[in-house]
Formats: sequence, structure tokens, C-alpha cells
Amino acid sequence: MKRVAVVGVGQTKFVSRRRDVIHPEVAFEASSAALKDAHLSIDDIDALTMGVMDPFDGVDCCDRWICGAAGGYNKPVIRINTAGATGMSAAIAAYEQVASGMFRIVMAVSEQRVSEPVDAQSLLNTCTCPYHERAMGGSAITLGAIPATRHMYRYGSTHEQRALSAVKAHKHAMNNPHAHLRFEVSVEDVLNSPIVEWPLRLLDCCPRSDGAVAVVFASEDVARTITDRPAWVNGVVSIADVPFFGDRPDVSYRASLAIAARRLYRQCGIKDPLNDIDVAELYIPFTSLELIQTEAYGFCEEGKGGELLEEGVTWMGGKLPINPSGGVLCTNCIGATAELRVAEAAIQVMGKGELRQVPNVETALASGLGGTLQFHCLMMLGSEPR
Amino acid sequence: MAGKDTKDEYIVVEQVWNVPFRHYAGEVTSRYLKEFRDNKRIMGRRCPKCKRVLVPARKNCERCFTETAEWVEVKDEGKLVTFSINCIKYVGMPDPPYIMGLIRLDGADTDILHYIKGVDLSDVDKAGRELKIGTRMKAVWKKERVGNVTDIDCFSPVGTEVKF
Repeated sequence: MKRVAVVGVGQTKFVSRRRDVIHPEVAFEASSAALKDAHLSIDDIDALTMGVMDPFDGVDCCDRWICGAAGGYNKPVIRINTAGATGMSAAIAAYEQVASGMFRIVMAVSEQRVSEPVDAQSLLNTCTCPYHERAMGGSAITLGAIPATRHMYRYGSTHEQRALSAVKAHKHAMNNPHAHLRFEVSVEDVLNSPIVEWPLRLLDCCPRSDGAVAVVFASEDVARTITDRPAWVNGVVSIADVPFFGDRPDVSYRASLAIAARRLYRQCGIKDPLNDIDVAELYIPFTSLELIQTEAYGFCEEGKGGELLEEGVTWMGGKLPINPSGGVLCTNCIGATAELRVAEAAIQVMGKGELRQVPNVETALASGLGGTLQFHCLMMLGSEPR
Repeated sequence: MAGKDTKDEYIVVEQVWNVPFRHYAGEVTSRYLKEFRDNKRIMGRRCPKCKRVLVPARKNCERCFTETAEWVEVKDEGKLVTFSINCIKYVGMPDPPYIMGLIRLDGADTDILHYIKGVDLSDVDKAGRELKIGTRMKAVWKKERVGNVTDIDCFSPVGTEVKF
């Protein structure tokens, strides 16, 4: 197996609605930006993986439509859909293609235009089982709301603690020129924003964003000739949980997330995640998922995710900053969102974070969650190969 | 398919998907839904390996990768495990506000997702803070039943009456 590194990343601007371009044109922007970042041309790319989630763009098999503009003409192309985890699954597939030794340089391109469906939540409702769950009025927001209520009941976490996740994300996003939402909010702003799905209020939830991201993965044979500071992929885990909401231990998703984290830490030799990891880009579309993930990943004890936020440990300047980019709460281009976590983690390792750069990053964690929070992906990037 | 100019000069092409589907419910799901229609009963299936009673009934235990075989009746009453209260109107979905709850029926080892009614939602935040996890819930069956999960109109706290 070959060691693999990220050698270039590209992202578009993220906005509510890109009226100035159509779907494939957005993918072209991301691919071009990643190639420019790596000082490569499209001829250097051996294969493409793509992440797009049906049917947000109102086109089934939208990979057909975008693969040409994304750079896939005359190349092997595979498109992957694991719902919210789509982008990270595409990145992992690109990594695995290079690691296998069968390809030297592979680019993962993920895109979504969440503006195109007039009502995204009625589409997301169709992700559920048509016999048992679809008629029950659930949306993507239900995935954040239902475990939030359970977490409050079981561990005594509060609306105020969750609100800190939004305050942090918005504060960090001010440092990221690519972020969709760039305005600061206070705890009071979060607690006074309209209820979307109790216990979640508007500022507990991510926006809908249009945009795309591309990441170039290269084999150890060429990575150091492409860039002096590659971000090495030092661990990768994917895990699938069962589809039914009601068949997951304690509705918190923690069980499968914690298993995934343990597997990842074993691969990378991480013993004490809070100290061993320098920065994390986590898939947090709802504030409740910050508590659940920080606990599952062992950054704090079970049930203490709210306290971790209060202590400032995961803010910029803290021991383990989470989402210097502002994360999903400030930019959510669904099928591309999880790959954006990989891109931002790589940016931190490569030292290209500018205002959002965490000093001296050697180890960066990225996570992606999807499919009624059924598919989880984790990737660990490092300044040195494992 | 008519194109129209928007204020910022870009054309918008509008389309609507209206695509009918028929979901054939198969042997196990059909029986589960017929029990709703004919007997106002909720039936689960027991996994031969982990011994859990799965509700809704399904042919496979996904955790154990087995085929279930044994039908087990569970009560149409149980405990509220968690819930949320949706306050937004979505296309094709019910008028808000409404409560979605996960309910652990007596005799079942999994939870089902259903509507909770019989709770005053005039102040959603107050309702959310006051509705207690663990509250006993009972199925409210429709009079006209057709073999659908919505043959149960909702669950409501035991001792309350729901009119519809």
C-alpha cells in the first residue's frame, strides 16, 4: 500500500444561491482552484471521484452532468453518495485509489446546490423508509433535534451550552473568507432565534449553501515533488449504522461514532485525543452534534460535551480548536460539506489557513456524518506520514 | 418550463417533479400493516440471535444479519424515549406545530417514530420543557383503517383523549 497525501485543495465561495453559474460550472471552479493550489494541470490527474447527493439539484444521476466540467472527461470517474457523508466518502475513495497503487494522483470533487429545491426538507423527508417513517413529518433537522432532547434528559445538557456551539462557529467563520454566514452571534441571539424544531432554534441549525470543493490526493512517490508541505492521510475509517431511528442505542449515535473513533485512533497511534490532536474539522450541522461528537471522540467524558464548550478548550486559542473555518453551522453545501471538512483539515496541516490558521498543526481530524446519521467517516491528516 | 427574467438578469427555469411510486410492501411489512388494519394490533419480529423484538416488524435483524421468523405481539402502549416539536411548514408535510416522538412499546426492544398529540402546543417552548421523557403513551387508532402506518393517528399520553 502506498502512503498518500493531500497536495492541493480548492473551494468556491459559498452563498445561498449562485445565480451566475449553473451546476457543472460550479464544479469547474472547485477543480480549477484545487489544481492551481497544487500547481498541477488536469492532465496530471489519473482519476476522479465525485460526491453529489441526489436529488437536490433536480437532476437524477447528476454526476453525468457535472463530471465533464469537474475534469473527468476521458478519465475513470466514480460518483459516491452516502448522504451527508458523501463528500468524505468521495475523499476516502480517492485516497484508497491512490493507496492501492493503481493510481498516482486522484482528485475528489464534491458539489451541491442546495438552493435549487424550493423546499429542501420535503426532499430530505424522502430519505426515510416509505412504509414506517416517511409519513411522520421528519426532516434533516429531526436528526439534530431528537438526540438533543435525549441528551438534555440523560446528561442534563442545556440550551445555553448548545448555543455556545453556534456562538463559536460564527465567531470562527469571521476568519474564513469562504464561509457562507459571516456574522457573530451571542448566546442570547441563539436562544431568542425562532424555534425551528424544538429544542433547536434557527441559530442551532446550518444554512443551505451552494458551492463545491476539490481535494487532490497524491502518492508518496510524487507528493513531495508537488508541494513542500503535503498533508498526509494517516488514518481513515468509515462505518455504517442501521437505518431506523429507533434501533440505535440511546438515539445518540454515539455508539457507532465511538467505535469509528477507536478504530481511527488505533490506526494513528492516538492515545489521548485531546492532547494528541491539534485541530478538528467536524461535521456539526446542528449544535447538538457538537456535544455528541466531542464525547464520542473522547475529547471529554460522556455527557460532558456542554462543559467542554464552556471551558473554551475547543475555541480558537484553546487546546483543540474545533472548526476554525466556522464549520457546517456557517456553510452547508450538503454533498460537498463533508469533503470541505477534509479540505479545511488539510489546509490547517499545510499551514494555508491564513486568519483561521491554528499554529503548528501536526495532526488534524476531519469527520463526516450522513444518511439520517447512519454513515460516519473519519480522516486523520498529519504533517508527517505515519 | 417557461423561462423568466429575474431582477438580476439571470433566467430561472422552473420545474416540478410529480412522479408517482408504488411501494410493494412484501410479506412481512404487509402482515404488519394488515394487523393495524384488521386487528388494531402491533406485531414485532424476534431476532433468533440477539432475541430482540424488532418493531416495526422486519424480515432481517440488521445488527445480527439474520432472518427473523417469530411474530410477537407488543402492546400499543409504551414510554416516550425522546421527541422534537417541528414548527416549520414543509411542502407535503403536516401543518406545524407537531410533536414527533420515539416510543418504546411494551414488549419491544426498538423504538418507533410517531406523532404525539394531546399536548398543549400553544407555547412550544413551554410544551417542550414540560413534556417528560418516560411519559406513558398510548396509540390512538383511526376508525377507518387502510393498512398504513397512519392507521395509528398518533400516540397520546395515557389518560388524555385525542379528537380528530
